[in-house]
Amino acid sequence: MTHIVTDNCRLCRFTDCVTVCPVECFHADEERSYIDPEVCIDCGACVPVCPVKAIYDAADMPEDLDRWVAVNAERSAILPRVTAKQPELPTAAARRAELGY
Amino acid sequence: MSESGRPLHVAVVGSGPSGFYAAEALLRSNLPFQVDMLERLPVPFGLVRSGVAPDHPKLKEVIRIYDRVARTPGFRFFGNVAVGDAVTVNELRGIYHGLIFACGAQTDRRMGIPGEDLPGSHTATEFVGWFNGHPDFRDRTFDLSREVAVIVGQGNVAADLCRILAKPVDELRTTDITEHALDALATSRVREIHVIGRRGPAQARFTPRELRELGEISDCLTLADSRDLQLNAESETELADPDNINSAKNCEMFRGFAANRETRCGRTLRFHFHLSPAAVLGEERVEGLRLERTRLRGPPFAQTTQPAGESMTLDCGLVFRSIGYRGVPIPGLPFDDRRGTIPHVAGRVNDGSMPLPGVYVTGWIKRGPSGVIGTNRADSVETVESLLADVPRLRAEEKPGGDALEELLTRRGVRAVDYRQWLSIDEAEIRRGRPRGKPREKFTRVRDMLACVDVAEDRQIREQDLRSSIDR
Repeated sequence: MTHIVTDNCRLCRFTDCVTVCPVECFHADEERSYIDPEVCIDCGACVPVCPVKAIYDAADMPEDLDRWVAVNAERSAILPRVTAKQPELPTAAARRAELGY
Repeated sequence: MSESGRPLHVAVVGSGPSGFYAAEALLRSNLPFQVDMLERLPVPFGLVRSGVAPDHPKLKEVIRIYDRVARTPGFRFFGNVAVGDAVTVNELRGIYHGLIFACGAQTDRRMGIPGEDLPGSHTATEFVGWFNGHPDFRDRTFDLSREVAVIVGQGNVAADLCRILAKPVDELRTTDITEHALDALATSRVREIHVIGRRGPAQARFTPRELRELGEISDCLTLADSRDLQLNAESETELADPDNINSAKNCEMFRGFAANRETRCGRTLRFHFHLSPAAVLGEERVEGLRLERTRLRGPPFAQTTQPAGESMTLDCGLVFRSIGYRGVPIPGLPFDDRRGTIPHVAGRVNDGSMPLPGVYVTGWIKRGPSGVIGTNRADSVETVESLLADVPRLRAEEKPGGDALEELLTRRGVRAVDYRQWLSIDEAEIRRGRPRGKPREKFTRVRDMLACVDVAEDRQIREQDLRSSIDR
């Protein structure tokens, strides 16, 4: 099991998760971030700090988000690691409002 | 050397997560920091070594990150060096430009009730330290000959206690739990474990992952009383808050436990809510726990308990309290006795009347015992940012740094353990574990840790001698 970044991160990429990850398992592209399942130790620190509730413990993720398990594994393997908080995307505020957070 | 090239000497006191994240943040800055980490024990990693439960090996993988920090140029480990004993805070202030206290919350909150200190009534810290082989607790004994154990408190530490008491011992044999704990647990007659919360199910502090595990222990029936799970309007409001999703998940799981049929199982684990311990009962030792029923009062997220005027007695042979940790005062530093922490402003030690330039805090001794391992990274980054902003002032004074500490320790006959020596302890522990199918068998006494270093050093000297004699 691991933790998974799901669709809510898209167009937000707040990266608050990165500031509390004890093992630096986050990777990102221009759109969003991903967790490397090989590195994540399942401490859960990132879950409550995400402003848009994008991160789930795979063990209790809603089933309709299952495809994100593979996406996180594939994308994290090829993208650079993010080790410090980045400025959120310019679209973040609008997307957050749209998501209702 | 240019002004900006002169080393900045910082001591980090404590080698748990918050200490390592502080060291990492310093060493990642572009300034020439020399970071010395002081640890009371000969072995590093604080609660990752002696707090994280043995059946949670994945969490311990975080040590890989700390090992990387420890191997960074500019980092030195001084194990077996107790601040306040081997060296005082004031002496350290003379040696270093900056001090970061990352020494955690080393004691438990008390229940403050009669009988709390009867034999058979223990703190979570003692039990966790015992099964994890912390030298301070390795000689404690726990009478596991009675059938009923009570755990007061409903957070993740309580969950660790539950699993260690409830799991079939064979499932622990291949973990790094210490041999003395395995031997005791193998003869345990504990069959019933009760977990007591003063407030309701919506206020239980478990993270859902830990609570779920408690419903999945082999040969253990996990139960709750559905009458206990009825929520008042304030608690419903709490659960509806999207930031409180953990509590909503917990409540769902408690309802699942309440729906479990009572079948025959080796052990039962039962959650109770709205009960406040009033007295630990017994003459010579713990025989029971008197509990008073409570009701919640106050607005959502600030509900406290009031006596509901009804009490009951639970017969039991063991009581563990796991109701939170407290920091311990450090001579030479201010202390907030109510919170059990060192007062600070963004990590700078300051109690409002006495700012202490160059002295910082991070981790549990700063924010109190909250959060998970990763929470300490952000916390330590905040502290180090404060320190970085103070650098122009800190470097105004010349400080000798770690060489002066080394000299002082040698003069006092304090035997410091460096990181290379820790690695020889690490290697020996892993070697000891192998024949038992365990990831490691820890040394649980300081003298054994130091003896292990001696053996490794001797071997090294012999090998060197051998090599040089062959060369000749």
